[in-house]
Amino acid sequence: MKSSAMRDMMAVTARPEVISLAGGLPDTSTFPPETFAAVAQRIATESCARALQYGPTEGLAETKDCIAEVMAAEGMPLDRDDMIVTTGGQQVIDLVAKTLIDPGDVVIAEGPTYPGAVPVFLAYQADVVQIEMDSAGMRVDLLEETLERLDREGRRPKFIYTVPTFQNPAGVTMSLSRRRRLVEIAHERELLVLEDNPYGLLRYEGDALPPLYALDRGVFVMYLGTFSKILSPGIRLGWVAAPPPVLEKINLGKQGTDLCTSTLSQLMVQAYFERGNWRDYVDSLTDIYRKRRDTMLDALAEHFPRQAEWTRPGGGLFIWATLPDFIDTTDLLARALRDNVAFVPGEGAFLDGRGRNAMRLNFSGSDEESIREGIRRIGEVVTEQVELYGTLTGKESPAAAAPAAEVVQMPTPAERARRAQ
Amino acid sequence: MKSKAARPAEPGARPRRVAVLKGGRSLERQVSLRSGGRVEDALARLGHEVEPIDVGLDLIRRLRDARPEVAFIAMHGRDGEDGTVQELLEILDIPYTGSGVLACVRATDKVLAKHLMVEAGIPTPDFFAFNETAFRELGAAEALAAIEERLDFPIVIKPSSQGSALGIKFARSAADVPAALVAAFSYDSKVLLERHVDGRDLAVSILDDEPLPVVEAVPQGDEFYDFQARYEIGRTSFICPAELPAGVTEQAHELALRVYRLLGCHAFARVDLMLDADGELTVLEANPIPGLTETSLLPQAAEAAGISFDQLVGRIVELAPKTAPT
Repeated sequence: MKSSAMRDMMAVTARPEVISLAGGLPDTSTFPPETFAAVAQRIATESCARALQYGPTEGLAETKDCIAEVMAAEGMPLDRDDMIVTTGGQQVIDLVAKTLIDPGDVVIAEGPTYPGAVPVFLAYQADVVQIEMDSAGMRVDLLEETLERLDREGRRPKFIYTVPTFQNPAGVTMSLSRRRRLVEIAHERELLVLEDNPYGLLRYEGDALPPLYALDRGVFVMYLGTFSKILSPGIRLGWVAAPPPVLEKINLGKQGTDLCTSTLSQLMVQAYFERGNWRDYVDSLTDIYRKRRDTMLDALAEHFPRQAEWTRPGGGLFIWATLPDFIDTTDLLARALRDNVAFVPGEGAFLDGRGRNAMRLNFSGSDEESIREGIRRIGEVVTEQVELYGTLTGKESPAAAAPAAEVVQMPTPAERARRAQ
Repeated sequence: MKSKAARPAEPGARPRRVAVLKGGRSLERQVSLRSGGRVEDALARLGHEVEPIDVGLDLIRRLRDARPEVAFIAMHGRDGEDGTVQELLEILDIPYTGSGVLACVRATDKVLAKHLMVEAGIPTPDFFAFNETAFRELGAAEALAAIEERLDFPIVIKPSSQGSALGIKFARSAADVPAALVAAFSYDSKVLLERHVDGRDLAVSILDDEPLPVVEAVPQGDEFYDFQARYEIGRTSFICPAELPAGVTEQAHELALRVYRLLGCHAFARVDLMLDADGELTVLEANPIPGLTETSLLPQAAEAAGISFDQLVGRIVELAPKTAPT
């Protein structure tokens, strides 16, 4: 659970003198202002009254066509009727939770999971069960064990929440065999899965794996998409594709929440998609973020002590670093803030106190120089604490830098075991 | 930010131009922003002219531009509570609310405050204090075992200067100590190892040399050793006035007032105490600028004494020197 101490500290990370690797922000300064101006001009000229009006709850047909283009690009052809346009992807998590969760219901999530989903599940009083991950994503074998255990307890999860591709916060991607097995499990047990895929198109290497939604063809998998990472988070536009009965309930829920998604935002997307190839901007982002990821990985290898491990994401926005278990990253953040640098302490991605020796590092929101300097400063305070611990325990452990070529796996369960205090 | 519109002051209180200093880079920034916001509203209701300042690099320029008659320091922790901002205001000849530089320095440094209490015969839990260099340069780690023997487990390990619950760790055995020290050193180069007092958490707020009703903090559920829980809204409930055995309230008041005077506090402060199973009171620490949020203890204690939040803020402003300190 995100503690109040951590919330208080996150407030300091927003100060201008702080190099913040704590955000999850795309770099919107890369978007061409002239494109924005042209899109806005076109809406003003051609559809001013409509843009200022309410729209249908499920979204505008033109916007849905744009979404269908994005879905097709990720190998998931989709009809207009099989989706609802939402106010950002976050609203999908909220609406799915609102629609499906009764107090005390089990929701299964990855451990660590997207920190922004945690307060949503808690608000609907779900009992969140987190499944360990490794470098190939959620441990589906452990998922099956957990489902068996819950079965014996007479409890049936309402849904499984997963970010299979370039996961937030862990930066890992679920392997194809696990994707297949997860979809099989969903079919065998008639379990719903919420696939959250904000980062799938931000791929820096290798070939895309099929989304769960493509493997399942929309029978048990609900799919969350968003324009936040491929166009702009400020327009607050996402979507959900789901089996028809679920979609109907979500539609009802959305009516109560906000009647409809911003018509202005929807028309902006439409005008933007008609103006040119939307993939060009995604490609330009991919080039920028790939360099930033590489910069961060190089800096980690240079500045973090050998006792630290981190993931090597093939896309997305985040790297997850795991430190020796005697370091509490919430306390470490206090020390790092004295050097004007910030990250997200791992405890925010767990509901059970795990993750206290881990941190999430964002590489998309800072330029390469800031990333290098930020990682240097964090590495310095981590090294300082590793050395201090060595001094205190009488076990001198020289904190030499890790070899640059080392590819680091997700931490083992033992390493992530909760610290006594 | 624009100054809030002034309305007529309450009878007897002259409207003044008050700069409310809040926020800053302290880890308690968020609490301070809430305290400050609430103080601004109260000052505006009292008819004062309010200039809110989120303390940062432009502090001096903003103070020179605003030319306040008095500065209300609604900051907690580093900079605001440790005498730093007070020193700057002295240099600028701007009167300010609350304690002066010396009292802030004494109270914020828990180690110094505890040494002063011991010297004055005020009961405070046994302790040892170290700075980082003792471990790094002087091999103090080898003395840890002896310290642990003298204090008895469980012990509490905390940074010397952190005001909130941040960095406070509970060590049940020697194995917990090194990681707890590493955590505490994240906040300060000086840490305190203190005997843990099992008992009831009491707080005595003082306003203008008068102790207010005692507040007891009761952690909810079975989370006694979870320090975090003590500071989370909804996980701790507060009772004011605390229901205490005969004579204990008077003793707590007397002890708190002695600490307040010993440290040289002015206008207001909060003193935290423990009441153990034997009915003995010990003083943990004093806070020269306690929280002023909706859930903070000083406003609750004032309320219990029949002093509204507006009246409390009004009194604090009135107690600030009328002219600049010399």
